[in-house]
Amino acid sequence: MDKIGIFLCSGCEIDSAIKLDGLQAVANENGISTTINPCLCSPEGVAAIRKAVDDGQINGVLIGACSPRAKSDEFRFDPTKVAVERVSLREHVAWSHEPGNENTQALAEDLLRMGIAKIQKMNLAKPAQEAIEDTVLVVGGGLAGLCAAEAASGLGKPVVLVEAKEELGGYLAGVTSLVPEIPPYEKPASNHLSELIAKVTESSKVRVLTSCKIKQISGQPGQFDVEVESAQGAQKFKAGAIVQATGARPYDAHKLPHLGYGKFADVITSHQLEQMLKQGKLLRPSNKQAPKRVLFVQCAGSRDPDHLPYCSSECCATSLKQVSAIHKSNADVECLVVYRDLRAPGQLERFYLGVQEEPGSLFVRGVVDKVENGGGQLKVTVGDSMLGKDSVLTADLVVLAVGMVPNSADGEALRKIADAKVRVEKNESEVQVAEAKKQIEELKRHEGTEILNLVYRQGPDLPALRYDFPDSHYICFPYETRRTGIYSAGAVHAPMDAAQAADDGWGAAMKAVQCIEANKRSEALHPRAGDVSVADFFLQRCTQCKRCTEECPFGSLNEDVKGTPQYNQLRCRRCGICLGACPERIISFPEFSVDAVSSMVKAISVPEDYEEKPRIIAFMCENDAYPALDEAAAKRIQWNPWVRIIPVRCLGAVNIIWVADSLSRGIDGLILLGCKSGDDYQCHYMRGSELAQTRFGNIQETLNRLALEPERIRIVELARNEFERAPQILDEFSQTLQDLGANPLKGF
Amino acid sequence: MQASSPQPVMVIGAGIAGITAALEAAESGAQVVLVEKDPSIGGRVLRSYHYFPKHCPPSCGMEINTRRLERNPRVRVLVNSQVTKATKTDQGWSVTISEAPLYVNDRCTACGECSKVCPAKVADDFNLGLCEVPAIRLRHPDAWPRRFVLNREACPSGCDACAKACKYGAINLSAKERSETLQVGSIVLATGWKPYPLEKLTELGGGKIPNVISNVHMERLASPTGPTAGKILRPSDSKPPKNVAFVQCAGSRDVKHLPYCSAVCCLASLKQAVYVKEQLPESEVTIYYIDRRTPGRNEDVLTKVAAMDGVKLVKGKVGKIESHDGAIVLRLEDVEAEKIVDATADLVVLATGMVSNLGDMASQIGIQVDADGFGLEDPQAALFVAGVARRPEDVAATTRDATGTAAKALVAAIRSA
Repeated sequence: MDKIGIFLCSGCEIDSAIKLDGLQAVANENGISTTINPCLCSPEGVAAIRKAVDDGQINGVLIGACSPRAKSDEFRFDPTKVAVERVSLREHVAWSHEPGNENTQALAEDLLRMGIAKIQKMNLAKPAQEAIEDTVLVVGGGLAGLCAAEAASGLGKPVVLVEAKEELGGYLAGVTSLVPEIPPYEKPASNHLSELIAKVTESSKVRVLTSCKIKQISGQPGQFDVEVESAQGAQKFKAGAIVQATGARPYDAHKLPHLGYGKFADVITSHQLEQMLKQGKLLRPSNKQAPKRVLFVQCAGSRDPDHLPYCSSECCATSLKQVSAIHKSNADVECLVVYRDLRAPGQLERFYLGVQEEPGSLFVRGVVDKVENGGGQLKVTVGDSMLGKDSVLTADLVVLAVGMVPNSADGEALRKIADAKVRVEKNESEVQVAEAKKQIEELKRHEGTEILNLVYRQGPDLPALRYDFPDSHYICFPYETRRTGIYSAGAVHAPMDAAQAADDGWGAAMKAVQCIEANKRSEALHPRAGDVSVADFFLQRCTQCKRCTEECPFGSLNEDVKGTPQYNQLRCRRCGICLGACPERIISFPEFSVDAVSSMVKAISVPEDYEEKPRIIAFMCENDAYPALDEAAAKRIQWNPWVRIIPVRCLGAVNIIWVADSLSRGIDGLILLGCKSGDDYQCHYMRGSELAQTRFGNIQETLNRLALEPERIRIVELARNEFERAPQILDEFSQTLQDLGANPLKGF
Repeated sequence: MQASSPQPVMVIGAGIAGITAALEAAESGAQVVLVEKDPSIGGRVLRSYHYFPKHCPPSCGMEINTRRLERNPRVRVLVNSQVTKATKTDQGWSVTISEAPLYVNDRCTACGECSKVCPAKVADDFNLGLCEVPAIRLRHPDAWPRRFVLNREACPSGCDACAKACKYGAINLSAKERSETLQVGSIVLATGWKPYPLEKLTELGGGKIPNVISNVHMERLASPTGPTAGKILRPSDSKPPKNVAFVQCAGSRDVKHLPYCSAVCCLASLKQAVYVKEQLPESEVTIYYIDRRTPGRNEDVLTKVAAMDGVKLVKGKVGKIESHDGAIVLRLEDVEAEKIVDATADLVVLATGMVSNLGDMASQIGIQVDADGFGLEDPQAALFVAGVARRPEDVAATTRDATGTAAKALVAAIRSA
């Protein structure tokens, strides 16, 4: 910005910690006038800033007061009209450093210099208005998909509901009764699926395509181009957002040979039992006689590291329901349920109690070791049970409560296969071909699993996380899949029962509608909801290195044949990870760019006499590490005054150029504080902190080559609540640097 | 929205369910009023040290949520507020909200000068009354709205020390209660839960033996913002425990107390076993359970904790807990061996269940609840329930449920317009 006004607050201990005239002198050096207010966040203080903006005197507001996390309502301005930068004189100076000390003063003056440098490089947000399609595409016509269709159409959106099979209904179509959802929760409830199907298919807003296969989905949220083949013919249409409700399939019981499936006709799965119950014919497959005793084997494949390590969540309640259904038609059938832990959470406890009270139901805690032929009956050996070691039970029919496997496709694995195939075809070296073939072999199980067929550089489907469920922040933000505008729902999302799948369909539809509406307002989606600025790619200088297209966690970037990135702004979540990846510095946001941060680094006053004044830069994730440090400041915990903090949108947005800029400036060390990476990552952009670890792992080798100690750069993971650790980390790092001595590049 | 709802959606309760429902609706374009009885939002989740299964702090997601609230012009948040009257109208609901006197207003900078001079001490409600705080204070470090709160009834007669100390005119000791009536299209009840009272579990030593504590108490002990600054200490002598017993289904799955399963306590105890072992690696931890209920990928938590050195999982219902010569004795009904076994511990954590808060509100609004006070949605009346007010469930299920409930409430608001 070119017309900047600096507004300093003297309240909240700032004026007793530092000399504000020193800050005014810094502003004067830069030819900028300052205003000091005893309480800048008061209506009077804010009014003065607004007046200067409204009068057209300034288009950049630099506020030197509290943390940018405080008083955000008071200091919010229209980003299309005025740029705002905030310097944390309260938390980062007055509340955390010795008042009146020259180091404290130097820190405040540096922070102001950095703020000035940054705001000079900031630009106004230019929201891009795009044509946004209203239609929601729902993939999968089971319970979750039907609920999503009902929800989206109820919210006024046209819906295209596509189903791979000939009929809608999914798993529930083969089910007679359901686990109870309403009081008194004691007996199975009737299945209202047909009413839901009628409601959805009769809605004028919903178009149903059956026997449907998605050929391709290209484009971006708000502007997806969908091509399908279906019983209703080949179709092309636009969609604004997508709900993937492709459900789950039963675990293949053939993989459980010790339980006798496939070997004995009278060992069946819970799904086969459901079919029998639906047809009203509970007969032993071997002799078509009614069984006198049915034995249920819980966790058949689930909770087993060799099969499905997770619990499939609904099998216990389903077995309860089936026991009850059997007794309803024939109270004399004995039903034995062999379980490890009977999982009937919440009000299903009442259902469990209800079924336990049915004469002829018996629950046995234990693990079934094997099922064998027992001469006309089946012999079931239960090891480690309440009946003692290796007790043998007999049954006429054994029902395996098999777990659920998500009908997902791992987009990233599929892309790796495709890339490996290209390498085999190119045949550039024997080693490369051998490696590629090995990779294809390793990923074989993914071949042919495509569902959405997205035309995305990073693969044709949602990336799958643990146990193949496409998911991300499944605690706080359960719909944040890594492909913007595509939300999974139902059993493909996580193991769940019918009641939860219905809720989940509604939830995913809410997110789909939200995606469309936010795009109409030109606003980013979660977690930077409301952000109206988009990235700018200066492609003339692009060297087609493909780092940005590889590293974007959201698959925002496609590539042309040469490898030049093609930015899809409606897929973009504004994390800045591409900006951090780019070696050519060609990616920027109006308020956040490589150049702006480089200028901040260069604005730091670096004393040549190291003995007294080392300088350290801390890049901190604004979501977790930075708030943790704010919390430390609020508790008046002090930290080393040599540290200059630069907040970043994500640790993945830290560009290595800044390291070079810093070290060549004579900065003695850099520390990066970000979120936890790995399986239980806490990064709000999923991969940011992990990417930072990789990038900075590499740079430490470079430092070694330059005869600089690798200890000068440190990367630390810090959780949002670790406010005590945050200042300690900064102090320890300062100590390390003091032990190392001055940056040898200082003064050059 | 294309089919826009002219009437806002009202969400009652600003815990994780209410915040989620309000934000998801507002980011979709709806007008939303979020009503919270406490002076700050966050409800029960902010009182937890970590979430399972990721062992991550709730303030991490809450940081994003508060920023979403700040940025969104369509959500109006009313804290310190309660519904005093709700009447069904042709277009939805007419709801009267009463806002408690706002002794500390938006001018507050959270500088803390008032707290320094406050002569009165009150029990810290955020820390379950486990410690004392000045009558005027920031409720907790992540409090939002970020302003101090005053327990006015605790002020010594005539004292105005805080008002004098405030340089910013943020304190008005004669603030009055305020009331307003709002027309809304639909209502989401996200009133959450409270822990089943320890005192009712007398057979388990609840309220009688100092070193028998509840699981919510353990969350505060482990939390850096808790009464012991994150140190797990026995209440009796403030020493670290050596032998910790977790008693599952303390009140839950028990016809004498709560007939239902509270759905989260197994995972909460497994998670808390990790707190204990990480902080006190030498300690012994035993979890007494009926069934280990860790659905879905939460099974990973069970697998991990069961494999930890010094952690035992024992199947058996604890029927009685007594104190003998300073030691705590747990009487265990080993159902399978059909015998009674005694075990000892020096700190017992009762995995107490969740009780729905919907009780009084239910009759006021006329929503149906089940025998245990969990609400049943009524789309015809444009009334919906989200989170634990609806059913015992964990945070991951709550956020899904609340997002879906936001959609239902919006559909109803559109229909009633």
